[in-house]
Amino acid sequence: MKIRNRKNKVSASGLSLGAMLLLAVMGLYSCTSGESEGTGAEAYAQDQPASTEAAAPETAAVADEGKGVGPVTTVEVGADIDAALAGTGKGLFEAKCSACHQLTDQKVVGPGLAGVTERRKPEWVMNMILNPEEMTKQDPTAKKLLAEHLTQMTNQNVNEQDARAILEYFRQNDKAI
Amino acid sequence: METLYKKVNKAALLLAVAAGAALQSCSGIESSQANTAVASQADADAATKVYVAPGKHDELYSFMSGGFSGQVSVYGIPSGRQLKVIPVFSQNPENGYGYTEESKAMLNTSFGFVPWDDLHHPKLSRTDGMTDGRWLFVNANNTPRVARLDLKTFETAEIMEIPNSAGNHCSPYPTNDNEYVIAGTRFSVPINVEGKYEDVNFSEYKDKFKGSISFVKVDKKTGDMDLDFQVLVPGFDYDLANGGKGPSSDWVFFTTYNTEQASTLKEIGASQNDKDFLAAINWKLAAKYAREGKTHEMPAYYYHNKLDEKTHIATSEIKKKVRILLPEECPGLMYLIPVPKSPHGIDVDPSGEFMIVSGKLASIIPVHSFSNMLKTIEKKDFIGDVGGIPILRYESVLAGEVKEPGLGPLHTEFDGKGNAYTSMFVSSEVVKWKLKDFKVVDRIPVYYSVGHLVIPGGDTKKPYGKYLIAMNKITKDRYLPTGPELAHSAQLIDISGEKMKLLLDFPTIGEPHYAQAIEAGKIAPNSVKFYSLEENSHPQATKKESDTRVERKGNQVHVYMTAIRSHLTPDNIEGVNVGDEVYFHVTNLEQDWDVPHGFAIMGNNNAELLIMPGATQTLKWVPQKAGIVPMYCTDFCSALHQEMQGYIKVSPKGVKTPVAFSTGGKKPAA
Repeated sequence: MKIRNRKNKVSASGLSLGAMLLLAVMGLYSCTSGESEGTGAEAYAQDQPASTEAAAPETAAVADEGKGVGPVTTVEVGADIDAALAGTGKGLFEAKCSACHQLTDQKVVGPGLAGVTERRKPEWVMNMILNPEEMTKQDPTAKKLLAEHLTQMTNQNVNEQDARAILEYFRQNDKAI
Repeated sequence: METLYKKVNKAALLLAVAAGAALQSCSGIESSQANTAVASQADADAATKVYVAPGKHDELYSFMSGGFSGQVSVYGIPSGRQLKVIPVFSQNPENGYGYTEESKAMLNTSFGFVPWDDLHHPKLSRTDGMTDGRWLFVNANNTPRVARLDLKTFETAEIMEIPNSAGNHCSPYPTNDNEYVIAGTRFSVPINVEGKYEDVNFSEYKDKFKGSISFVKVDKKTGDMDLDFQVLVPGFDYDLANGGKGPSSDWVFFTTYNTEQASTLKEIGASQNDKDFLAAINWKLAAKYAREGKTHEMPAYYYHNKLDEKTHIATSEIKKKVRILLPEECPGLMYLIPVPKSPHGIDVDPSGEFMIVSGKLASIIPVHSFSNMLKTIEKKDFIGDVGGIPILRYESVLAGEVKEPGLGPLHTEFDGKGNAYTSMFVSSEVVKWKLKDFKVVDRIPVYYSVGHLVIPGGDTKKPYGKYLIAMNKITKDRYLPTGPELAHSAQLIDISGEKMKLLLDFPTIGEPHYAQAIEAGKIAPNSVKFYSLEENSHPQATKKESDTRVERKGNQVHVYMTAIRSHLTPDNIEGVNVGDEVYFHVTNLEQDWDVPHGFAIMGNNNAELLIMPGATQTLKWVPQKAGIVPMYCTDFCSALHQEMQGYIKVSPKGVKTPVAFSTGGKKPAA
């Protein structure tokens, strides 16, 4: 399993100021979301933008090949299900996601998740879990989902490893159907 | 017909002219009519200097006392935007503080549940003589208490009652490394070391009435407070205090009034002596005496309430002893320095050499010298004593006097560039003078009756000398009228140049007394955004929807509920009877910044809950009527916020409706 972070992949040279700002914002994001206390230790910039949304530049919504917008650019999934990983994902799903999503095709607050791994790329699924607000603002598919369901998907402060586990649980669910 | 609006404007003009004239007559400096006219208006560039563009943040946080509101308000500076109101000693219906089962214990005292107080002085915690942005300490003047606010969460973390105090005005003052927070008594009362009740008459004031100075130890890591010891002091009124710095770091100074020890009509009785005292206490020596066991153990009874960070539940502990130091048994502990009568502020300059005492009824401002104080003590240049505490000779300690500063000096702050700024209550102005020669160099009118001043870090070793905030008692015509009760005003003044310039005024809550301001960068990066659900160790937390349930225990019904955009689980509840004690333990399942959920029930004789993401809060409800009762989320959370609601069925007393609950199609077995 490989998860690569976008900010590690691109070099700073040749980037627009907007993109640099986005990087800074994403740096903040990954930093805060990884911490359990919910505090950010990064230096406080006087003229920082008020919110992550405000800084997200137009250029961020480049063609994402259906991978979505967020920290995850590449996910390798095996041919078979990693049962242990899916088990971890099940626990996380029940704690953080099941208040709004069913594993069947039934809509509750958000869409039913049956077949989600067939409809979406694995990167998209993880980015949606990790970066829901930016996704519903910039990713065309996520935008449509927000228009349909009208409730902003909550950011449940899931880290990348956990999002990967939840993805595996979805894959297992879809294989079983 | 002349409107009220026109009238007040005319009155304002007249007042401004009158103030200008008064200024000129009592100022010791050249001050032209033109100068005064300019000073009474806002600086021409004021709007750009206070403008903080949408989405941008202020430079500074300012923490203002809410006075009789019992709260602390937080303002962004220079915009003057109110950012938050933090309840401390008062119940707050906005977020259920003091109403929820978790927070009620914060307001416990030896007098019972006291849901209000008179909050006067906020003081920021310190490291090496500088504010560090960790905690804010505040006092309760009425039912003597000291509170600690956590600046990661902007919540009240701890409240401790102060025994042997009757009016905790002279409080709370942190030492330079936050070793102690020090609190002095306002009203002296009969105190005896045996802790016995005595049927004292007012005529026995001089013999029986005493004051106390409390030394509250602060844990370096957690901030937890502990009353280490008290010094029993002469029965005066202790007004304000301030710690030394640099060479005077080991000392803390207190202004006193009523050295006449009158018990009645103090307005006259406490203004008889030409001089009152500045009490100087060597706190390091006091701590040493206490460690060496020079203390008397005295029975006491006081509450100490703390909020647990992980459970978000406050608990009360009753303490039954206090250690007392008697100055007459501790040589070198305490001295009295004469100051002009009825002093208010005592402010030590950034170098730690000058102690400025503002005598409300004095025509000069005395500046005492710390080095002179030490020499006077060394030479034993005393003019008498009070109960064994030496009185130093005024002239020997004095460094100089600020002549004709204005009327009614109250409080002084410093800009770190060699200037002092003193508020003038009676003549409604701020006066700038030089520490080098005690000469007045500038003055600016304020509207009206200014109390305290604050310069960010103005009481530390290195002030942030760009702004000064004047906190005014009377507003009259400054804002649109709102009936007899008006908001008090704070005025932001630019002190970066030679001349003070008015930038902005903004309304405040309650009666603001002192304030503290601090660079945003010392607080903002550490601000908590949500509580981790994993770390929520509240015993009634429900961390996933599948664990939600309703349980009956005798006449108590416990609802273990969750909230997430945009539903409550369960949202249909039955099996509750009239007269039951129903406890809603609501956990907010969100893990996202700025998504609290509210929870309210129709007709509840209480308040609501406002539950932060990842936290659990409990609302008690005793239904009085049978019927279907709605409940809902009060804090607009999503497009479907209005739909975030549910029903509770209340059956008449005696009807045995079985407990049942559900949300949507999922129906857990009861």
